[in-house]
Amino acid sequence: MRRLKPWVFAACLIPLGLLLWRGFTGGLTANPIEYITHRTGDWTLRFLLIALAITPLRRMTGWSGLAQFRRMLGLFAFFYATLHFSTYLVLDFFFAFDLILDDIVERRYVTAGFTGFVLLIPLALTSSQRMIRRLGGERWRRLHRLVYAAATAGVVHYLWLVKLDIRPPMVYAAILAVLLGVRLWFRFARARPGVTSGVDSSGGVPVDADPVR
Amino acid sequence: MLIKQAPDIRSSEITDERLYRNRRQFIQAASGAAMGAVAGATVLGQYGGALQAQEPIPNLQKSPFSTDEALNSYEDITTYNNFYEFGMDKGDPARYADEMTIAPWSVRVEGEMNKPAADVDIDDILRPHTLEERIYRLRCVEAWSMVVPWVGFPLGDLIKRFEPTSKANFVKFTTLYRPEEMRGQRSRTMEWPYVEGLRMDEALNPLAIIAVGVYGKTLLNQQGPPLRLVVPWKYGFKSIKSIAKIEFVEEQPRNSWNVSIPNEYGFYSNVNPEVDHPRWSQARHRPIGAFFRVPTLMFNGYADQVASLYDGMDLVRNY
Repeated sequence: MRRLKPWVFAACLIPLGLLLWRGFTGGLTANPIEYITHRTGDWTLRFLLIALAITPLRRMTGWSGLAQFRRMLGLFAFFYATLHFSTYLVLDFFFAFDLILDDIVERRYVTAGFTGFVLLIPLALTSSQRMIRRLGGERWRRLHRLVYAAATAGVVHYLWLVKLDIRPPMVYAAILAVLLGVRLWFRFARARPGVTSGVDSSGGVPVDADPVR
Repeated sequence: MLIKQAPDIRSSEITDERLYRNRRQFIQAASGAAMGAVAGATVLGQYGGALQAQEPIPNLQKSPFSTDEALNSYEDITTYNNFYEFGMDKGDPARYADEMTIAPWSVRVEGEMNKPAADVDIDDILRPHTLEERIYRLRCVEAWSMVVPWVGFPLGDLIKRFEPTSKANFVKFTTLYRPEEMRGQRSRTMEWPYVEGLRMDEALNPLAIIAVGVYGKTLLNQQGPPLRLVVPWKYGFKSIKSIAKIEFVEEQPRNSWNVSIPNEYGFYSNVNPEVDHPRWSQARHRPIGAFFRVPTLMFNGYADQVASLYDGMDLVRNY
């Protein structure tokens, strides 16, 4: 089980590898900055959704080994979000902070995307075992519920920027709705007397905490 | 398609371009094969659409309206397209437009005109006109731009042949509707067929052209052959492709993007850095092939030729 982890780690780097490959072979289309921005954005949302799927999957399958991937997947979401934001900051606007500020304030899709990115920062910073211990399980757990807001902001960001066809962002929205809905359902199921649920409903730090470290 | 040929044939200036394109194609084909072997990834074949044979158009007249800015590469111009009849991705037209047949082709011309309504064969449309090269800036509403060496002739010259009457206040253009060949038309992303329009004085402005080629060659399918409009002072979507019908009408037609999202796209759609798209700024744009964004110019830099068309008009309300 633990042996899987390096493979998953490597797999998470494939999207970046493909981008680099395309960069070296001239495959980034006529508008490379847009292409890089879109792909890193896609993968940010995908990793967020995959990370958010871990806990529900674990509870449904009872496969507790899944939990060890959650932090890594969440950090990869942040990794691609950072690439996405860096592309915007450096390649797109080249540190023109006045224009960026205008953009964030005036374009609602940028506002949403930036909000999502900012929300992810404290989660990435507190992802270490040491920070979990320092914050204490309950506080850490509450803080990390921000990921629901971050993912929602990310999907809204996508929804607001498309020119015409909202079907692709709606796919992300639907998956996110299911993942958040499942959590609500778990919570109410546990709240009902007579229904036992072996694990903590809100994501359970002790169970999820990486046993390796 | 009949393309008028003048007697002396000059050597084309775009030989380098062709070499460049071949090299790029080779690199992409090679990298595609390598990647396929390595990963079998699904993202491959981005530009797998074959480029069809094209007819060269020799001896083009130069035009004083041409810009001397650096041209975008043929590859950029033919692989980064918006032609929603073939899909929403910029690469979709290059991938799927070869499913469209463009011969035979005729254009239905009707409406408020003295000449009788008719289906005019493409050769009859082209015969009287002298083709010239018009190197124009193209500014997309999505805030990117290209410089394209179009081949075409003034739209006004075509319009005058049909003798529109005084009731012809607008010219309405309609793209081919053929869902069996245009896969994007099979989904209801927009109302098909695509419709665009110009006010008559806009249509008669010498900058407005009907294009039949690019880089001295006839248009590839993804560029909207055999006839397309080019109105360089307006956002790119006004330059309707693969025109199947031209009508002279009294009332302002509703163009497709206006029908789809009325608060974001108007009839006029003049390039205007001071009037933002509701969701993004139009003050700056990125030229394809350049690193930095540059300021967008009023009427895409064609104010000297067209600003007078809009004297006294509120361009914020008439976006």
